[in-house]
Order: sequence, then structure tokens, then C-alpha cells
Amino acid sequence: MFKTLDSAVPVACWSCSIGHNDSTLFCPHCSKIQPPPGGDYFSVFGLKPRLELDLSALEQEFHRLSRKLHPDRFARALVNEKEWSLADTALLNDAYRTLKDPLRRTEYLLKLEGAEIGEEHSGKDRVDPSRVPADLLEEVFDLNMQLEEMRMARKIGDEDSALEASLAEAKEKFSGLLKAVDEDLRAEWRAWDEGNELARQASQKRMVALLDRRHYLSNLVRDVTETLGA
Amino acid sequence: MAEGRVVGIDLGTTNSLVAYMQGDTPVVIPGVDGSNLVPSVVALDPIAAAGGRPTVTVGNSARKALIETPERVIYSVKRLMGRGLGEIQEELKLFPFHLADDIEEGEVPRIRLGELKFTPPEISAYVLRQLKRNAERFFGEPVTQAVITVPAYFNDAQRQATKDAGRMAGLDVLRLVNEPTAAALAYGLDHAKVGTIAVYDLGGGTFDVSILKLRDGIFEVQSTNGDTHLGGDDIDNLLLAIALDEIHAEHGVDLRGNPGAVQVLRKAAIEAKISLSTESAAHFDMELPNGDRYQREIPRAVFEMLIEPVLERTAGPCKQALKDAGLTPEQIDEVVLVGGSTRIPAVRQLVDDLFHLKARGKKPQIELNPDEVVALGAAVQADILAGASKTTEEMLLLDVTPLSLGIEALGGAVARIIQRNSTIPASATEHFTTGVDGQTNVAIHVVQGERELAADCRSLARFDLKGIPPMSAGLPRIEVKFLIDADGILQVRAREQRSGLAAEIEVKATYGLTDEQVESMILDSFDHAEEDFAKRLLIEARNEAETILAAVDRAPESPAWRQLSPEEQAAIHAARGRLAAIKQGEDAAAIRNATLALDQATRRFAELMMEAAVSTAIRGKTMDAAGNDMGDDVTAPHAMAPAEFK
Ligand SMILES: [Zn+2]
Repeated sequence: MFKTLDSAVPVACWSCSIGHNDSTLFCPHCSKIQPPPGGDYFSVFGLKPRLELDLSALEQEFHRLSRKLHPDRFARALVNEKEWSLADTALLNDAYRTLKDPLRRTEYLLKLEGAEIGEEHSGKDRVDPSRVPADLLEEVFDLNMQLEEMRMARKIGDEDSALEASLAEAKEKFSGLLKAVDEDLRAEWRAWDEGNELARQASQKRMVALLDRRHYLSNLVRDVTETLGA
Repeated sequence: MAEGRVVGIDLGTTNSLVAYMQGDTPVVIPGVDGSNLVPSVVALDPIAAAGGRPTVTVGNSARKALIETPERVIYSVKRLMGRGLGEIQEELKLFPFHLADDIEEGEVPRIRLGELKFTPPEISAYVLRQLKRNAERFFGEPVTQAVITVPAYFNDAQRQATKDAGRMAGLDVLRLVNEPTAAALAYGLDHAKVGTIAVYDLGGGTFDVSILKLRDGIFEVQSTNGDTHLGGDDIDNLLLAIALDEIHAEHGVDLRGNPGAVQVLRKAAIEAKISLSTESAAHFDMELPNGDRYQREIPRAVFEMLIEPVLERTAGPCKQALKDAGLTPEQIDEVVLVGGSTRIPAVRQLVDDLFHLKARGKKPQIELNPDEVVALGAAVQADILAGASKTTEEMLLLDVTPLSLGIEALGGAVARIIQRNSTIPASATEHFTTGVDGQTNVAIHVVQGERELAADCRSLARFDLKGIPPMSAGLPRIEVKFLIDADGILQVRAREQRSGLAAEIEVKATYGLTDEQVESMILDSFDHAEEDFAKRLLIEARNEAETILAAVDRAPESPAWRQLSPEEQAAIHAARGRLAAIKQGEDAAAIRNATLALDQATRRFAELMMEAAVSTAIRGKTMDAAGNDMGDDVTAPHAMAPAEFK
């Protein structure tokens, strides 16, 4: 789905006709805007794929590139320059939105590396019992019972403070587990960024599993929050 | 391409304005009557011109017709822009608009105005043309490029309808800017500071809230929310409904079927609302057709109780915007108030509560006139687009899309492809395939909104991917690129990847005009032509000259004339003579200069007249009648803005 950077293919600049590497947003010779380059989101910011990022440097680069690429700067330019400014800026914005968010960034990099990841951001799907992480099986089973009870009680207008307290406690626990997953993910970022090919392969596998677990936990926490708040 | 001026236009529900950047300051361009606000009211003149385009008036003069010929007048048309037949039924209950009776579902609704029918973009185009002309007479040259503001929460169809209106008015719309972000540009222009601000914009018919980060000239919108059906109109309608009910109950008169009387009552309701921002009570006093008087006092406390449900509806969007930006109220450095309705003290109190201002020793920002700040911001954005200006060269606005974009998946669920509050331009690439062997068409339904089911979202467009080479089911791989451009409008492109063929797509907007329809509705195709423009300027200059000459000729009848010194009278005579002579020539600029000279010479006379009119008002006449008196005796004191005219 994502074209990878191929610096071996030279492209002639539409304006000055001098050949250049096709991953550039501006011609290195005449500085004119170029059609969207084929590289990945990282290359838009002149970065190699990596997971630990300096977010304030990323924001600064986003602002610097926005100033040069934004359609507002091309309101009176040639038709093709306008077109490329629009496409390039969309690419820049898509890239920034993805990279500044730790989860989206991780998912994106894993996809780039060929990992299979589910529908991570559709978000709304309910907890799927067939995908319960093995170590949580028992607790999740209890929790789902309590959630069902709570919904029933709510329906008939009952207040069950003991049940409510127990659910709040469960929420606390699962939120804690969620935090632990985030810690583990952060550790994997470093492992991937600094590892060799073999270490990266292993780290990717662990990250896919962690994202699955995270997805599951965050749905669970959301269900409890919704039920408590209803 | 012509490097003419770019003006900024606030196309409002109640009033519209046009502004431009004068050096490093945005300035509103006044209309012929000297007023900065052009009421967004369009009236069809009683006698339609034989054939061709109807004669319409726009603004203050059209507003007068509201009471005399209400069936030939339309206002608040912004509420109908980009909306389908089913969606405007609610609006029609509150406004005396009548739909044409031959509209089919899926068509852009047309409003009956006298014997003619107009689509909402056509009505808006008349307002835009008026603003364009005001700018042209001000600059003395054609104006063809503009930035137009829209509510941040406007959807795709509403934005497209606004752009269409611009095109019909002969304007090349370089950019649509969201109103709250425009306000932030005006606010941030001379502040050059770092911080997070919220813009609370309660206008005539729409409510928007936007949260922005300001840094080094970059205005980056973090989140936006709102309600395109909430504004000052709702408060007017509330007061109006109460008055109509009370009149019916207490005096047995049902005025609902009497559009003229309803307009009188609406005007009274608006006046009551405005006075309640400063007074502790407002009064209704109206003579009814049966000779009774309807008299009613509304204390401010009662008013505030009445409007609380309306104001409370702005709280939800504010909280959601904060949540989407990941911010607490304490993290908002300033709250900028925009829109006439923010003059209501209860609104300011609500804003104070929502953003915890008082507790932090802060107040809402009201340093810029809430009626003008959006137009001023549009002028700043216009200057940014025109480029090559020192004041704005470091400024850049990064806005977001207010609503998520999705496609209808199997079973009617929505697959979200671009999340709300994504910085625009934004894009998403999706892949589609076929479900049946040999299938050559794939239908796609695009929706906008936050709900889970497509049926609950707003249908944006349906399109067919056509000309797919016949293959086994599931084999074609059609890549569709969805792109939201800098105006917040969707563009779609498709390609079949296996065959390499560009799939042909025909995007049919669910509510909207086709290119051909827009083309046929263009008001003055000749507005662009230099020669015609010069002719029009000349005609306008002569008309102005005649108006002021007629007024000066009546001057000696006025008591104020005798208060002038003989020298002053002589100066007026001399200026009058020069204008009368130059008016015969072909030089519009010379006529205009001579008109200005006469206008200057009569300035003290106009002031004396004004004093006389005010003292008449104090002796018991209403201000309205005093205004009419003045209008009869003098031309609007200073027709143009002389100081700014070169
Ligand atoms: Zn070049």
C-alpha cells in the first residue's frame, strides 16, 4: 500500500528540467514546488522510520514546511503548482497527524514493516470475547457479568452501590493495566529504534501483541466508563 | 492572472460586510449610506423589469420593504444554504418564506419572491454583488477576488453553496475561511503572541466555537464545534412567538396570517432584545388592527430565564471542543467573543462560567467590535492570499475539518476515513472491489457526521465508479482518494489499479447545484469587462452627483441654511456650480471628486441639520421619524467615506 522510498529513480523537475531524487517536495535546483513525493510519512520530515520522536522538533518542522507548502502560499500560482501545493500539504498534514500520536505512529510503522494490524481506530466495536488475552480471561468474565447486571439494574431504575463500587474498582484495575501496556510499548520503541534487523523482527511481534492487548483493554475501560456514567 | 485586490467578505445571516487591508490595518468598507453593515436582506422591486433580470434591492433599503411588501423580501437566507427540501421544513415554520411548489426531492429548493423563484445561493449572490459594488466604488476599480467566511460548522454542501453564490456574483472565491478562525486572525494580528485562545461566536443564525494555538504567526486550530441552527434569530423567534400568543389570547387577534404585522412585531422583538443588553426592562407597545394596544413589559430577569435554554445549547459544543483539543478550561488563555448576540450579558456570564474566567482574574475579550471582527479577519486572510505584504507574510492559518468524513459500509454502518478536527487539507485513500463476477460499477456513498449509522449522518455525495474492466468478483482493486481541500470541500479521485485505468467517476452531490446551473445563474456576466465597468462607474457617479445637487438645491428652504455665514453659503454655491458643469463630462473620477468637494462644503450644514433633527426627536418624535425627516431634507449626510477616497 505504501510506496517505499526509491532514490534510484531520478525525476526531471517540471520547471527547470534538471533531474532530482523523487522524494523531494521542492526542486533542489530552482526551489519550485514538486508533485507529492513517493516516500513514507517519515521521509516527509526527512526522517528514517523510528518510534521515539522529538515532538517539539517535529512540530517545528511541520510549521516550517506548512509555511512553504500551504495552498495559501499558492493562491495566485500556476494551476499545476496549486494542485501540488494541495496534494503536498494534504500529505504533510496526514503525516504529521499520524506521527505526532504515539499509537498511530506505532501502528503506521508496523504496517510499513508489513505487520497485519486490525481496524485499530474504528474504536467503537464492542469487546470481542474470542480475543480475550489469556491472563485476563477470568476477570473479564466476572466483569462482563457485573456490567450486564448493572445495565439491567439501570434499566429498572435500581441503584446498587455495592455493584457500582466493584465496577469502579475494576475500572481502576484495567486502567492500570492499560498504563502498563503503554510502558511496555515505550520500551519496545527503544528496542526497535536501536536494534538490528533480528531484534526489530522480535520487537515488531511483541508490539503487535501489545497493540492488540491495548485495543482490548481500552474498549473494556470504555465500556465500564459508559455503563457507570449512563 | 490579474493581480487585483482581494477583499474579505463576511456573508452573515443578519448582516454582511466587506473589508480590506489598508496598510497594516484591516478596515471595513462602508456602503453608499455610510453604514458598515449591509443587512442580508434582498427585496424584489414591485415592478419587475420587462424581460431579463429582475430589479432587486439589497440591504437597508430592502429592509424597509419588509413591512410594506413582505412577500417580496427575503432575509436570513444563510439558514437555507446548502440544505435539502426535508431539512428546511423546520426553518420555514419560523420564517415567512414560501417554497416554489414544483420542487422535486433532490433538487435545490427555490424560494418564491413575488412572481419569481430563487435558490438560496442566488439570493446570497445578490448580497455579495452589493458588497462587491461597494468595494468597487470605494476603490474606483473592479474587484474580482474575495475571501468569504462561513460558519466553522458548515458542512460540505453549505460550503459549496457559498462558493456557488460567489461565482454567481462575479467573484473568484480564493478561499472560504471559518468565521471563528477569521476572528482569531483579526484578534491575533497586533498581538503577535504565543498562547491558546477560544473563539465563542454566537451570530444571527449559527453558533461556532474554535480553539486555536497561536505561535510565531501560525494560527493552528486544535478543535472546532458548533450548531448551524442556533443564534440570535432563535431569541427573536422566542420573543415573537410569546407576543403572538399573548395577542391572540388577550385580544383575540391572530396575527400569524399577516406577514406585515409579524414583521412589525419582529422588529419590536429585536429592539427589545437589544435594549435588554443595557436596560433592566424592555417594553412592547403596538397598535393592533382592531384598535387595541398590546403593551407588555419584559424585565431582564424574565428575558434571561426565557433565553436560558437557547444559551445552554452553546455549552455542549464548548465542552466537546475542549475535550477534542485535550485541554481544560484553565488552559485557555483568552476567550474572544464574536457575533452580535455576545453583547447579551447572560451570554458573557455563561462564557465566564464555561472557561472559569473570573476565578482566574480574566474577562472575555471584546476589544474588537463583535459585528466587524469576522470581516476584519477575512481581510487579513485576503492579504495573506494576495501575498507580498509585510504585515501578513509571517502569518498562516491552519484550520481543521469540523465533521468526520465516512463512507457507508455494508449494513449501513459508517466507516470513518477522515476524523473531525483533522488539519486540512487532509486526505484518505480507500480501496474498493466488486462483489459479483463481471461487475463494472461500484456505488459509493459518502457521509459527513459523527453518528454510527449512515442514515443518521448527513449524506454528502453518492457516486458510481464506472467502467471497471469485467473481472472475477473481488479481483478489481479500485483506489479512491478522498481529499478535503483548504476550503473544507471534498474532492474525489479514483483509479483501477490492476488494469491501470482511471475509473470514471461521477460525483453527484446529494444537495447542490450542477456547474451548468451555477453558470446559468451568474448575475452579471459583464461585470468583468473593463469597458462596462467604466460605464457603470460613470452612471453611478452621475447618480450620486444628482442626488447631492438636488439636496443642495433644497437647502435654502431649511432653517439651518440661515445659520451659515455668507462665506459658507458662497462656498457651497461655487462647489455646486463646479459639480453641475463636470457632471456633463465623461470622467467618472472627476465627477466623484467634485461630488466630494460639494459634500465637504456642505458638511457644517449637514451637522446643523442633524442637530435640528435630534432636538425634534427629543421633543417627542421617535428617532425613526427623525431619521426620515433628515432623509427628506438632506441626502444621507456623507454619502461616501470621503477621508478614505482617493
Ligand atoms: Zn527545478
